[in-house]
Amino acid sequence: MSFDYLVLGASGQDGLNIWDSLATLFFFILLMALLKKVAWGPLMGIMTQREELIASEIAAAENSRGESERLLEEQRDLLKEARTVALAIVENAKKQGDASREEIITIARSEAIRLKESAIREIDTEKERAIAAVREEVVSLSVLAASKVLEKEISEEDNRALIEATIAKAGEVN
Amino acid sequence: MEHKNPTFELFGMYGNWSNILMLAVTTLIVFLIAFIATRNLKMKPTGMQNFMEWIMDFVKGIIKSNFDWKTGGRFHVLGITFLMFIAVANVLGLPFSISYDGVLWWKSPTADPTITMTLAVMVIMLSHYYGIKAKGMKGYAVDTYLKPMPFLFPLKIIEEFANTLTLGLRLYGNIYAGEVLLGLIAGLATSSAFGFVGAIIPAMAWQGFSLFIGGIQAFIFVMLTMVYMSHKVSTDH
Repeated sequence: MSFDYLVLGASGQDGLNIWDSLATLFFFILLMALLKKVAWGPLMGIMTQREELIASEIAAAENSRGESERLLEEQRDLLKEARTVALAIVENAKKQGDASREEIITIARSEAIRLKESAIREIDTEKERAIAAVREEVVSLSVLAASKVLEKEISEEDNRALIEATIAKAGEVN
Repeated sequence: MEHKNPTFELFGMYGNWSNILMLAVTTLIVFLIAFIATRNLKMKPTGMQNFMEWIMDFVKGIIKSNFDWKTGGRFHVLGITFLMFIAVANVLGLPFSISYDGVLWWKSPTADPTITMTLAVMVIMLSHYYGIKAKGMKGYAVDTYLKPMPFLFPLKIIEEFANTLTLGLRLYGNIYAGEVLLGLIAGLATSSAFGFVGAIIPAMAWQGFSLFIGGIQAFIFVMLTMVYMSHKVSTDH
């Protein structure tokens, strides 16, 4: 077995294969130009596009996170405010309740006093009237009694005047 | 085992039809993969689009480890095309090789030094071009040849040629060696029934390994391309 064919340039021809070189260059450059146009260009385009998409999506996500944080903060503030307002309302209501209780009590007290006074006044009048009635009764009884005792018909008017004077003296003593 | 190449002569220059055929096949396959994978692109990638995006990010990672993305971004398309072109070219010779009348037609195009050296020279030329473009003639000359020490100038010249040679021949050597060994195993398999049984496991192992090497070499080629580019283009390293 001969190994001569392993020797470099053993094809038996002399000189460089210039056409091979030219063909290599031609095919390679053709391939590169074609692929740049139909394959690498579009592929690079879509990869760049994807990069941009991802970047914009990240930016959008960041934005919306900021937005939601802002909203959350706003809601928290609102809640705090609402709580303060509610506390104030409760406080107010309590105060108002206290005030109206005071008022009701005052009104009730004055009403009671008024009622008591009017009752006292009524009692007084009733007493006066009762005393007047009793006095009259006593007078007529006394007149009757006196007339019965004396059996003597003196003038009714004199009698009465006398007796009334007597009773008025007695009433003053009272 | 001893294959002749379908050479031709045109305008006093030589060529090899099998190389040109295989380059065309490689170009077609890479184009179809990339073209089909990038039809119907979606925001939410599925299937092949994922794969292509992975390749893009992979090359992007390679570039980013050498430049900042602002200066390196323009090499992205170059890097992806190189990666796929070389990987496919490396793998093409693996499943079979076709020879007709003792003439080898189907093989890896990168198993030919002319092709790999062409690619390597192209890379180095591009790096010089972009170096001049980025720094101007004077800055490029000083940065490339007189730094860090002026007396290293001869070594810097040698370095440029060494870079070109190693870049091209590393790829060629790896793939060519793989094909030679596959050829030997195939020769063993066709020698006798006993040899066929004996060749199954080595063939499968070596094909798997060659697949791995093909991928690795494509990665290394792109990586070194970006390293050489950044040496010329970047101002600080």
